[in-house]
Amino acid sequence: MTSRTVYLDHAATTPMVPAAVEAMTRRMLEVGNPSSLHASGRTARRVVEESRETIAQAVGCRPGEVVFTSGGTEADNLAVKGVFWARRDADPRRTRVLTTAIEHHAVLDAVHWLEEHEGAEVELLPVDHHGVLDVEALRAAVERDPGTVALVSVMWANNEVGSLQPLEDVVAVTGPHGIPVHTDAVQAVGQVPVDFARVGVDALTLTGHKVGGPYGVGALVVRRELGVTPIVHGGGQERDIRSGTLDVPAIAGFATAVELAVKNQAEHAARVSALRDDLVRRVVAQVPDAHLHGAPIDGPGVRRLPGNAHLGFPGCEGDSLLMLLDARGIECSTGSACSAGVPQASHVLLAMGCDEESARHSLRFSLGHTSTAADVDAVVEAVAPVVERARAARA
Amino acid sequence: MRVLAAMSGGVDSAVAAARAAEAGHDVTGVHLALSRNPASYRSGARGCCTIEDSNDARRAADVIGIPFYVWDMSERFHEDVVEDFMDEYAAGRTPNPCLRCNEKIKFAAVLDRALALGFDAVATGHYAQLRTGADGLVEMHRAVDGGKDQSYVLGVLDQEQLRHSLFPLGDTPKALVREEAARRGLLVADKPDSHDICFVADGDNAGWLREKLGERAPNHGGDIVDDATGEVLGQHGGTYGYTIGQRKGLRIGTPAPDGKPRFVLDIEPVSGTVRVGPRERLAVTGLHGTRPRWCGTVPTALAGPGVTVQLRAHGDEHRARVEVTPDGEVEVELLDPAYGIAPGQAVVVYDGTRVVGSATITATDRVAA
Repeated sequence: MTSRTVYLDHAATTPMVPAAVEAMTRRMLEVGNPSSLHASGRTARRVVEESRETIAQAVGCRPGEVVFTSGGTEADNLAVKGVFWARRDADPRRTRVLTTAIEHHAVLDAVHWLEEHEGAEVELLPVDHHGVLDVEALRAAVERDPGTVALVSVMWANNEVGSLQPLEDVVAVTGPHGIPVHTDAVQAVGQVPVDFARVGVDALTLTGHKVGGPYGVGALVVRRELGVTPIVHGGGQERDIRSGTLDVPAIAGFATAVELAVKNQAEHAARVSALRDDLVRRVVAQVPDAHLHGAPIDGPGVRRLPGNAHLGFPGCEGDSLLMLLDARGIECSTGSACSAGVPQASHVLLAMGCDEESARHSLRFSLGHTSTAADVDAVVEAVAPVVERARAARA
Repeated sequence: MRVLAAMSGGVDSAVAAARAAEAGHDVTGVHLALSRNPASYRSGARGCCTIEDSNDARRAADVIGIPFYVWDMSERFHEDVVEDFMDEYAAGRTPNPCLRCNEKIKFAAVLDRALALGFDAVATGHYAQLRTGADGLVEMHRAVDGGKDQSYVLGVLDQEQLRHSLFPLGDTPKALVREEAARRGLLVADKPDSHDICFVADGDNAGWLREKLGERAPNHGGDIVDDATGEVLGQHGGTYGYTIGQRKGLRIGTPAPDGKPRFVLDIEPVSGTVRVGPRERLAVTGLHGTRPRWCGTVPTALAGPGVTVQLRAHGDEHRARVEVTPDGEVEVELLDPAYGIAPGQAVVVYDGTRVVGSATITATDRVAA
């Protein structure tokens, strides 16, 4: 039987780092609502504000630009809906929302909701076969009628195939027209350099559990000048943009994790990408027709998250591969949307020009801070028999 | 054995999976997603296609302590079961989609995939019993609980399929299965039984067909005609809304001269005619069946006190003589008449409690008018 778990699904969630567990559990034993005025409240508030400063330092923004949320999905919804509403209220002609066809559902479903309920005109911009936004398509869409664009949202790095998006180019297109840009950077923070001010976006989503922090906490970094209409109303704790009693222990753990992830980013990326490259090469050696989806890993200037290996295995169902690997203790993902547990062909792969067939025969291995060479060995050892069996199941 | 337990989210398949695991098998639970768009199917918890059912199955697997996955069989299900259901109704026949699903999906597509993936058998919560006969073949028998017996809808399984099947509930009355579910901590213990056809949301077949058949329907209305006199008694909204033997929903204004209720005798999809008449005209004394599926050795003729046929799920047993023609068709002589038998239904042949096989009814012999 399986002696140990080979966890290669860090893009779904990654283990908490011990320092974050410690920071979080320490605060769990303390009382104090950060909105209270007494000493306990002030102590709690201090933890929140220090955490805010830590995160601001790590991602290159001002502390006042960090709005804590319940996670990445809420931050994406707040950015997309909140900015859309504020911009349209300021000028009713601004009804267009431009985003990519490969966004996470937290963005895609939010923009489609705006389309259905708020009269937004949504344009899903195409990507190339590496999963990278076609900037010229964005330029054409913006310049067709810049005054009607409420918002552009382009993810920093894609969660399925790991492609890094050309945000500097996006900002260069939107900047002259004063169109705000949001980016979902939940996959990017701690994996690649992320600097809010330097890249020049207006709003940025990050989340705790992708960087070694706890679940259920995240943040929207948003420029102070950008109007954001709240989606959660109440006590107005976060700049009146977001209400709800702040989760002090989670925020403390989140900040610790972000700080460490960013501090260790370069070293982490070098180590993990070496493991990833090894995994891809050795898997392809075992299964010659297996192929990498997304940006290539060879050559200079790799436009891909360091831990992402998204592989296609022709003739297999991704579901079968996942189940057979799971039975051997190897945990990965089909990278597909999965509401009722019913797998659907990935919208990301379809947008990259894959057909339904190749969108279904794929697996995502995502490596992270606990990944080792032994994990790679385990995959390499298992992959050939597993693929053979999965192919038989398709016959 | 490595066993794949098909888990619908209901109590029966949950207990079946638990029993298979307790028997020492290496069990993996799989929920079959059959609907292409879960929201469009049942909204309640009685069918087998909802997100809620999938979650119930997952929680049962957690409690049993087995891995759990969802398999998307929706395309195959649509092609092999839903399309067939529509085609059959459009042609004026009365199909049984549950048999079709067992034949084409659960014990074919799913079983084949399971075997290829390294499983030895598929376990389901069907009520039927398997034993090995003197000849070494696996025999399928009626369940101990006659009220729940589902051997009829399994009558399409051949020897190869039976060899790789497990029905852990066949020896147990349903009431005890519910008790056992509660004892095992399975939260589905008091979930209502599923009924009807899982992909027809509210059990309204005619309404579902009216909506889905569209241009495929041979007609969307026509005459209801007295079979004896030829008199037009009323109108209907599409022959697919009717099945032979149906009494309700005819909405005939004029009562029969003898005051007796009238039943659907025949459906003519091309002319759009529904023929009605008295119950005695429904009496069937013989059947012709095609596309037989035999559980074991192919018989040539079957007769004797134990030989019976069943013509619908939970229907009566009819004493019968059965003959298999040289070209493999099935002729059934009913020793006591059956009523309301429609082409498209399955005839399942039994010898005592043992299922011999099944065929699809193509024609019936009626008592002359």
